[in-house]
Amino acid sequence: MTDATPLSTATATGHKMSARGVNVFYGDKQAIRDVSIDVDMDHVTAFIGPSGCGKSTFLRTLNRMNDTIASARVTGDIMLDGEDIYSSAMDVVQLRARVGMVFQKPNPFPKSIYENVAYGPRIHGLAASKVALDGIVEGSLRRAGLWDEVKDRLSDSGTALSGGQQQRLCIARAIAVDPEVILMDEPCSALDPIATAKIEELIHELRGRYAIVIVTHNMQQAARVSQKTAFFHLGQLVEYGDTDNIFTAPKQERTKDYITGRYG
Amino acid sequence: MSKRAAPAPAPERTPTDWKGAAMQKRIRRRYAAERRFKLFGMLAVILSAAFLAFLIATMVANGARGFTRSEVALDLDFPKMGLAVDRTHLSTPGADLALSGAGLQDKVEIAAESGGDHSLAANSAWITVRDAIKADPSILGGKRTIWVPASTALEMGARGEGTAAAQADASRLRSAGKLRTGFNWGFFTASNSNDPVAVGIWGALKGSLLTMLVTFLIAFPVGVLAAIYLEEYAPKNRWTDLIEVSINNLAAVPSIIFGLLGLAVFLGTWQIGGHSFGPLLPRSAAVVGGLTLALMIMPVIVIASRNAIKGVPPSIRDAALGIGASRIQVVFHHVLPLAMPGILTGTIIGMARALGETAPLLLIGMRAFIVTAPQGFTDPATVLPVQIFLWSDEVSRGFVEKTSAAIIVLLVFLLAMNGLAIYLRNKFETRW
Repeated sequence: MTDATPLSTATATGHKMSARGVNVFYGDKQAIRDVSIDVDMDHVTAFIGPSGCGKSTFLRTLNRMNDTIASARVTGDIMLDGEDIYSSAMDVVQLRARVGMVFQKPNPFPKSIYENVAYGPRIHGLAASKVALDGIVEGSLRRAGLWDEVKDRLSDSGTALSGGQQQRLCIARAIAVDPEVILMDEPCSALDPIATAKIEELIHELRGRYAIVIVTHNMQQAARVSQKTAFFHLGQLVEYGDTDNIFTAPKQERTKDYITGRYG
Repeated sequence: MSKRAAPAPAPERTPTDWKGAAMQKRIRRRYAAERRFKLFGMLAVILSAAFLAFLIATMVANGARGFTRSEVALDLDFPKMGLAVDRTHLSTPGADLALSGAGLQDKVEIAAESGGDHSLAANSAWITVRDAIKADPSILGGKRTIWVPASTALEMGARGEGTAAAQADASRLRSAGKLRTGFNWGFFTASNSNDPVAVGIWGALKGSLLTMLVTFLIAFPVGVLAAIYLEEYAPKNRWTDLIEVSINNLAAVPSIIFGLLGLAVFLGTWQIGGHSFGPLLPRSAAVVGGLTLALMIMPVIVIASRNAIKGVPPSIRDAALGIGASRIQVVFHHVLPLAMPGILTGTIIGMARALGETAPLLLIGMRAFIVTAPQGFTDPATVLPVQIFLWSDEVSRGFVEKTSAAIIVLLVFLLAMNGLAIYLRNKFETRW
């Protein structure tokens, strides 16, 4: 919480999400130390770092998915549009609708493709009629670049799709509830290069409409898809800045060592 | 260390002789061990199959005759009987009383005398005659032949068992066309009786159905909800550990203890502040039996449901939470449907155990002599296994077959229940 005070006005400056002095503990073990970062609407922000550096943990604090882990404890402030997401006034269900998430392993529901996409809008009451719901499903699948591949088999099971298609279905499912921020936790780590390329292309297309935060192991991927990059190491945010600068002129020695392949 | 080309030269090893005698012996020993294991496995399967076949064969052989019944034709000369009965009464509700008051039972018994020490017709034969008269009072005006249930002695004689006199009677009547043997539909419509010829399984079957219904309605929702709470909501601490151990122990408690529990809780009297309450529920009733058995199988359902819920991949929970499903939506839309096949399997195991349970029901009075099928959950009732137990204790020879027949009915009931459950389980599985 050391340098939280001078930055605390940042929430008023129009960042979509801002974290100030965030610490995360699993029991006695501290997984995240004093991380402050801003996420903007028109950027794709990439979190990179070696395994176990806490980048996924930090990502999961942004939509309070860590709440499901009994031993996890979060301190510090995380703001969504200037609103503290850990305050008691924040409804966690609504938060997760506004801050959607795509997981490392594609995890479609074992239901039909249509049901997978329609589930979110249905539980949040976003569609007034069947026609409106059909429209949301089609729009989401189109935006996820999956419509042409599945339009004739919407009633097939979502789990019958290929890995890359499943992941795009999961993105369509996240888009369907019309989120403001999409968190992606290593969305391509279980996919082959072609499917990965499709997801990256999709991220490009989604940029601007949603604030996107992507955690990745793959530095080339971070360089390709993101405008901002944050480098995490041992639970700390080492360096955060424009992706071009991070990869060409890192300020910190540790960042330089990591991106040149010295460790990780 | 993991590098393939180690710089330090490894100590010299003599090349392994894969074709040597020692190696061949090892191979032979390994093959022999595999053959032995396969043989033991097959023997175990054959042994269980043989036991099962033996059980089914004995039951069917003994029980098949329990499903048949002999009838004897009685020639009744009504004017000669001298029944003092007002015919105008016969179409009124007082007909039964009028006919028994006129001594119909004695008259039928006289007509059924064989001359030996046994009667030809069952004790209940006069009821058949009475019903025939009520259906058509005009038969009182003349002679009539009426088929009535044969007595136990004649029934035995018809099968070539029993006394020589009975066998002689049976063959004489059969050659005269006055003895016939058919399927005993009465076995499925009647209830318990002192007379093995007249007993039926319907009372016990209905008692079992009512009891199982109560058991299911209590144990399934409570057990599943408890499992959901423990898995999805309860904090993991010392108290939940204690609850888990208690549930596991409860599942292993002998069933008769649950009978004592049911007796004390549902049928006991309570002293509270100088006032005495209770018993809360009537004795021998299906509702008490159902509640007691529900207590017994609830731990089984809780354990099976918890395992099924645990088996749902966490990624599904994450997926639902990640798009803003509330916890209850995660449970009821995703976790529960995926866990349902496992939950149903556990419930079937529990229900099958409850269906075959005798001991706890004896303690709450469900071993009563039930002559009429229970009309509701609070009527005195008994259940199939208790009925089997009671009949197996009877002295009369005719009950042996009835016992086997009742066992067959119980097994068929059990199979039908399991079949339904497997069907439901498959239906749930294919839906996903």
